[in-house]
Amino acid sequence: MITKEQVRHIAKLARIELSEKELKKFQRELSSILDYFDILKKIDTEKVEPTFHIEKKIKVMREDIADSEDPKVVDKIIEAAPDKKEKYFKVKAILQ
Amino acid sequence: MELRELTITKVRESLLKKKFSSLELTRAYLDKIRKDDKEISAFLTITEELAVEQAKRVDDLISKGAKLPILAGVPIAVKDNILVKGVRATCASKILENYTALYDATCIRKIKDLGAVILGKTNLDEFAMGASTEYSGFFPTKNPYDKERVPGGSSGGSAAAVAGDLCLASLGSDTGGSIRQPACFCGVVGLKPTYGAVSRYGLVAFASSLDQIGPITKTAEDARIIFESICGKDEKDPTSVESKIQNTKFKIQNLRIGVPKEYFIKGMDKGVEEAVKKAIGEIEERGAKVIEISLPHTEYVIPTYYLIAVSEASANLARYDGIKYGYSKVKSQISKAKSLLEVYLKTRAEGFGDEVKRRIMLGTYALSAGYYDAYYLKAEKVRTLIKQDFERAFKKVDLVFTPVSPTPAFKFGQRTKDPLSMYLADIFTSSVNLAGLPAVSVPIANKNNLPVGLQIIGKPLEENKILEIAKIYE
Repeated sequence: MITKEQVRHIAKLARIELSEKELKKFQRELSSILDYFDILKKIDTEKVEPTFHIEKKIKVMREDIADSEDPKVVDKIIEAAPDKKEKYFKVKAILQ
Repeated sequence: MELRELTITKVRESLLKKKFSSLELTRAYLDKIRKDDKEISAFLTITEELAVEQAKRVDDLISKGAKLPILAGVPIAVKDNILVKGVRATCASKILENYTALYDATCIRKIKDLGAVILGKTNLDEFAMGASTEYSGFFPTKNPYDKERVPGGSSGGSAAAVAGDLCLASLGSDTGGSIRQPACFCGVVGLKPTYGAVSRYGLVAFASSLDQIGPITKTAEDARIIFESICGKDEKDPTSVESKIQNTKFKIQNLRIGVPKEYFIKGMDKGVEEAVKKAIGEIEERGAKVIEISLPHTEYVIPTYYLIAVSEASANLARYDGIKYGYSKVKSQISKAKSLLEVYLKTRAEGFGDEVKRRIMLGTYALSAGYYDAYYLKAEKVRTLIKQDFERAFKKVDLVFTPVSPTPAFKFGQRTKDPLSMYLADIFTSSVNLAGLPAVSVPIANKNNLPVGLQIIGKPLEENKILEIAKIYE
């Protein structure tokens, strides 16, 4: 069982606003799911390595070089932004 | 032209013999969608203009007597979490309701190059999170066999579109069963390829270590043709691998079929159990050796799968912030978001549906300080044990046969009240994603007018072998 305070904390970390009613609903639902997940505690995994990814040999690093993009595509990316100024995304002030 | 009878090969023959043109075929499907999709609701977007343009190009090739590429004129529907340039891609989420894709997914570029005609984008559970399409942010899709029942999910729109003859074949994605279970519920063939066999570039990420794109078709041969058209290493997806098309010649008499005893559980639908056992009996009669095997960590599959999937999802879905694209409260006058944090909180509260919120929160919890070891890391360790179960089994057998789902298609509303009961729909399919293996769902019977499917699981990159075996049941 997780507490209402825990749900409130998780929701904030997840950047999802919840009403009081939703808090209660998700507390109940998440608790029942997490209780079910607890069966994993039955297995001893002390000496087991995790499998984060099925293919261990993958080379995921590349040179940090930006590819150039068609300016028309760049315009469309900016166009899709909810709030923009010239070629920038606009955000609310972070520092007061 | 009888749409039900058409396969990729028959389309090709008919086009070459000029029985119908690509444009005529495309128009026939578009008409059928207009007529029947009012009831089935498989499509979120119909791409008529694109389809007509592609069809005309195929007809041009034919009139010039040019060589026809393998998918020339084949009308295909695409799950709405796969990007098609210039077409809306919603993932059935309000947060992407007005988002237009700026590029083609690699699999889309490939099928376009091979002459396919894209009819539209199909419904799914929001961000592919669900097993019935009831979690779509727009509307549920109905099962063409029984409209009071779900088509399965999350690729429910793609499966229902094939079953309802609203397209000849479709593309779906499978993270824990999302191609195979709807294919099973709708009585069609669904292939989940080996992890990495098909590039994920342009597939909206849900759980990156599990997601795979694959075909949903009427026949195993069509699934093979589409799989071979879209597979291969792609520099845009570092996890993709080259999949050599292997020689599929084998004798059934030499095959060893493993049947895991843990996959025939209490409370399973009797009709499903009977049909699957009968299908296993059939291959045994043809001379294959059927061996009972054990996958001892089966009872841990669902919690392991969900912990990993929700953890990866919580990270992947952090990008929907109301700043770069999609639904946003950044300029809203009514609920005045005063700070950046408030923009995030309100955008995501209004943009995501409840199931997506549940999963993001579960993932956030499983990855948070103090719980990481107990939940996320623990699940990744158990994943190793589940993978080893299969590795051990495949030393003794060539293929593994199981049911796809413990029940046939269920009724609307039956599982939405209890989110956990929806999770259990993935009980026979998600182990395959955890182990990264290929598996096909093939229809084997109709019980009370509802389709039942058999799951055939193969060794890595043995898609052609499992599809060849699937043909036995057609």
